[in-house]
Amino acid sequence: MNRFLNFRRLLTLIRKEAIQMRRDRLTFAMMLGVPLMQLMLFGFAINNDPKHLPAALVAADEDKYTRAMVTALEMTGYYDFTYPNASAAQAEHLLASGTVAFVVTVPSDFGTRLERGDNPKILIEADATDPAVASGAVSTLSQVASDAVTRATGQEWDKKTKTAQQVQVVVHKLYNPEGLTQFNIVPGLLGVILQMTMVMMTSMALTRETERGTMENLLSMPVSPLEIMLGKVLPYFGVGAVQVMVVLLASKLIFHVPFMGSLWLLFAGILLFVMALVILGYLISSVVRTQMQAMQVTIFYFLPSILLSGFMFPFRGMPDWAQYLGETLPLTHFLRMIRGVMLKGASFADVSGPLWVLGLFVVVFALAALSRFRRTLD
Amino acid sequence: MAEQNAIEVSGLTKRFGEKTVVDHVSLEVKRGEIAGFLGPNGSGKTTTIRMMCGLLTPDEGQGRVLGHDILHEGPTIKREVGYMTQRFSFYEDLTIEENLAFVAGVYQLGRQAVRDTLADLGLTSRRTQLAGALSGGWKQRLALAACIMHRPQLLMLDEPTAGVDPKARREFWDEIHERAADGLTVLVSTHYMDEAERCHRINYIAYGKLITRGTVPEVVRDAGLSTFVLKGPRLSEAQRLLKGKPGVDQVAPYGTDLHVIGRNWVELERSVTEAANATGSEAEAAETSLEDVFIQLMGEAQDNMA
Repeated sequence: MNRFLNFRRLLTLIRKEAIQMRRDRLTFAMMLGVPLMQLMLFGFAINNDPKHLPAALVAADEDKYTRAMVTALEMTGYYDFTYPNASAAQAEHLLASGTVAFVVTVPSDFGTRLERGDNPKILIEADATDPAVASGAVSTLSQVASDAVTRATGQEWDKKTKTAQQVQVVVHKLYNPEGLTQFNIVPGLLGVILQMTMVMMTSMALTRETERGTMENLLSMPVSPLEIMLGKVLPYFGVGAVQVMVVLLASKLIFHVPFMGSLWLLFAGILLFVMALVILGYLISSVVRTQMQAMQVTIFYFLPSILLSGFMFPFRGMPDWAQYLGETLPLTHFLRMIRGVMLKGASFADVSGPLWVLGLFVVVFALAALSRFRRTLD
Repeated sequence: MAEQNAIEVSGLTKRFGEKTVVDHVSLEVKRGEIAGFLGPNGSGKTTTIRMMCGLLTPDEGQGRVLGHDILHEGPTIKREVGYMTQRFSFYEDLTIEENLAFVAGVYQLGRQAVRDTLADLGLTSRRTQLAGALSGGWKQRLALAACIMHRPQLLMLDEPTAGVDPKARREFWDEIHERAADGLTVLVSTHYMDEAERCHRINYIAYGKLITRGTVPEVVRDAGLSTFVLKGPRLSEAQRLLKGKPGVDQVAPYGTDLHVIGRNWVELERSVTEAANATGSEAEAAETSLEDVFIQLMGEAQDNMA
């Protein structure tokens, strides 16, 4: 035991690393400042469900039904009628030039047909070049339209409401009734931010020793590979824990993201993830030779994990091969865990799958790193 | 028992790809001895030292350091040997004291060891200075302090005085001699001749091969070289005349003198006399210096390589 893991030696290594971290002011500030800054920036900036999109209205008559419809649409928050009196030709141009995202056309016989009891139609043309722009606004439409009409006519209340309710179920209402992207983005951001800082910092930790020539000295002293690994990894794990606190507090206080599930379960999952990340970083640093290479490998790893993990795009929407690829990324499993626990109130049994996988990552990365470690300078 | 030898290695060989960096080098260093390890840059000194303290695995050869097998007992050797790297390899963003505390922790020594070492090497007043801010001499002092703190029986110093001023070098050597008197064995690599002369024995390595070894007078005698010193007004002319003459291997100006060195005394004397007569200078036989020997050996080793 003494030979592979001596507590006193480990503590010495950790203390040294902590002093170095503290002396490197810029990096230290980055480790704590960057997560908060990124959270604020992306938490507010990234929005998959954009609102207040400019719209044009083409209406033949200014009757009460049309007005009711326009008001109802504006009430959803998706539409801002910046061109309320457009002609059909004008509207077409506005849409083509991108000045408006929607054109709402109320036909001239709208009121007449409504009063006759027909099914009147209104036309909404959406600029779907960015599908995300259109989807939210369009999905609320039929319900809003029926509600508006119901109110305006005061007729067939029951029947209309039932129809509306059926539509309502289809729309994204499950865990996020208001469709707030932040609830989805913020927990995911925690994963991305942790990944960014943890993997990058740790991946440079060991290569820094090699680059500065201190590795030769370290190797000539009686320290074991396990001690060197833990001595590098644990201080960064500590920093990660602080980052987690900062981001979780900000999620609660600034973004009001709900914490539905057990806080302890959440912590356990996050710490497992952080552990996997720092050991992955260490693994990278045992393979590369310079800090520059460490940086490159880290970035090479970032892109797929942001794009394929389900952070940016729906995981189940990807083709099978991409999903398999996504399964090999710790972030994928972390997102399942944190979204489950934070937003859905998942129990341990619900998220035990992702937790096991994260644990597996820790073990596999650690074994790979230890086997990669060069005890000599060969 | 081979206990009287601190280092006893034979046939050490290391190749990096196609290149043989160390070629069947054998070394013996007695306990309590200061052994010099000399050779030009890139001759394989550092690689040999690294193999002996378990930092590199030899491709061939075997041996014992402090009685431990260098191939299988690396960890034990690391614990009993103090190794000072050629390049300063302590943490520049840690203070002197923090660096020593780190080393003490790794060797599981108490705080007292750090305090003693600080006092011992006169570092106490500077203990809160960052290692990166120290001058060459103080850095070297810190490195020495760190590698003798755990009281090793053998010290391997890889060009310890590179970039250190003469006074600090002198103090460093005094320190080494004091420790050797207490029974510490020291292997020190250098290419300063004055330092070589402060060693009990020297080993000269060039192009990966051990060329000669022994005490300084032995090495000089074994080289079988003769030296003439020319004094006179037209030395540069004499130098031109002597180059390539029979028996003349080296011609080197030393201040106002010209040293002419060769293996064959008879031919050398004839050539020197001719040149002296032609330029009106005086020639007389002199002692061959260690430096002349090494330059001669280096040239010959290079010829053998070709």
